[in-house]
Amino acid sequence: MKLACQPAEAVAQIPDGATVMIGGFMAVGTPERLVDALLEAGRRDLCVIGNDTARPGVGIGKLIVERRCRKVIVSHIGTNPETQRQMIAGELEVELVPQGTLAERVRAAGFGLGGVLTPTGLGTIAAEGKPTLELDGRTFLVERPLAADFALILAKEADYHANLSYTLTAYNFNPLMAMAARTVIAEAETIVPVGMITPDDVDTPGVLVDYLVGTP
Amino acid sequence: MDAKTIIVKRIAQELRDGMLVNLGIGMPTEVANHVPQGMMVYFQSENGIIGMGARPPEGMTDRHLTDAGGQPITALPGAASFDSAMSFGLIRGGHLDMTVLGGLQVDAKGRLANWMIPGKMVPGMGGAMDLVTGAKRVVVAMTHTAKGAAKLVNECSLPLTSQRPVSLIVTELAVVEPTADGLLLRERAPGVTVDAILAQTEASLIVPDAVPEMRLAS
Repeated sequence: MKLACQPAEAVAQIPDGATVMIGGFMAVGTPERLVDALLEAGRRDLCVIGNDTARPGVGIGKLIVERRCRKVIVSHIGTNPETQRQMIAGELEVELVPQGTLAERVRAAGFGLGGVLTPTGLGTIAAEGKPTLELDGRTFLVERPLAADFALILAKEADYHANLSYTLTAYNFNPLMAMAARTVIAEAETIVPVGMITPDDVDTPGVLVDYLVGTP
Repeated sequence: MDAKTIIVKRIAQELRDGMLVNLGIGMPTEVANHVPQGMMVYFQSENGIIGMGARPPEGMTDRHLTDAGGQPITALPGAASFDSAMSFGLIRGGHLDMTVLGGLQVDAKGRLANWMIPGKMVPGMGGAMDLVTGAKRVVVAMTHTAKGAAKLVNECSLPLTSQRPVSLIVTELAVVEPTADGLLLRERAPGVTVDAILAQTEASLIVPDAVPEMRLAS
């Protein structure tokens, strides 16, 4: 189990200023122990890519409250008043992306695509500064791929090869982010022997995972 | 019947057996309480599930199973879970039969503004832009006015959610359908006159000779 490590060892790879994807939707499916380790390691000036900034004190919301982010790229900040306060005060850059477009931009980066063509956002604030393209009589907004230096993801189960499986509404961005970052750090709630996750049930093949953080 | 009950009961009449439906947070969520008896509707929650069920009893929650607002839900028999690309592929790929969303304003062309009030409320668009652009039918659930100001307006003063017109607007006073010719007054709430609706609407409405009352079961 050569990938195995503790949260502190895993996040030691992450420098200040890094671009970090963090899985989760309202902190459901967020690797909280890795987020806590980032905080304890004192990392700052991070650019965090995630679905939302959760609530103060939960998931990505912890990094916001502790002022560890210089920028967030998310679809929603409405449940975290601190994100809005820092944004209005000019202390935090917030790039708001339609949720489906955010998922597809992350997917595009992980799947080697040059971008996403979508009608979502056309004619709205979300289209400002972005190119459009006419194709077969339809107009599309051109959205660029979104990659990261690191991805912090949460799985329900991992085996010794770091094959991962997710559960229920805790999939969300985790499998997408596992494809889109140069270094992937996975936190698993349960470690099981190889074979317990059958090949059909592996959502993220272990070969994509660089560091696996097991149970405490 | 209060405004919200009128709106969600009327919208529930738009449901059809076997539909895949996404309900926005707030008032739209309550449409799920008025599914006609014997009808099977599949409710999607965009955080990754089809077959979302009611909140479980205390002590029976699974922290990995919530709605898009992070509140505990259950999974009905036959439910399916998936990642965000699949979830929004369902929405953006034209597989979602209907979405019900709240509204701040709708303009004369049927375009919705529902995601921000510049300088006051900037929550982010979440999935709203994808839903309004991609769902087969977009139904807006909103009160007819806000603090006396009309919400059916000539031009939205608030940022648009999509340039695509919505399919239907249901308020506590009226059912309005955006058409190529303009906003068509389809129905009025029980006891509400056409004049009363027009008086509280800024955008011009096409008024047919007969505007039937909504038929709402008690």
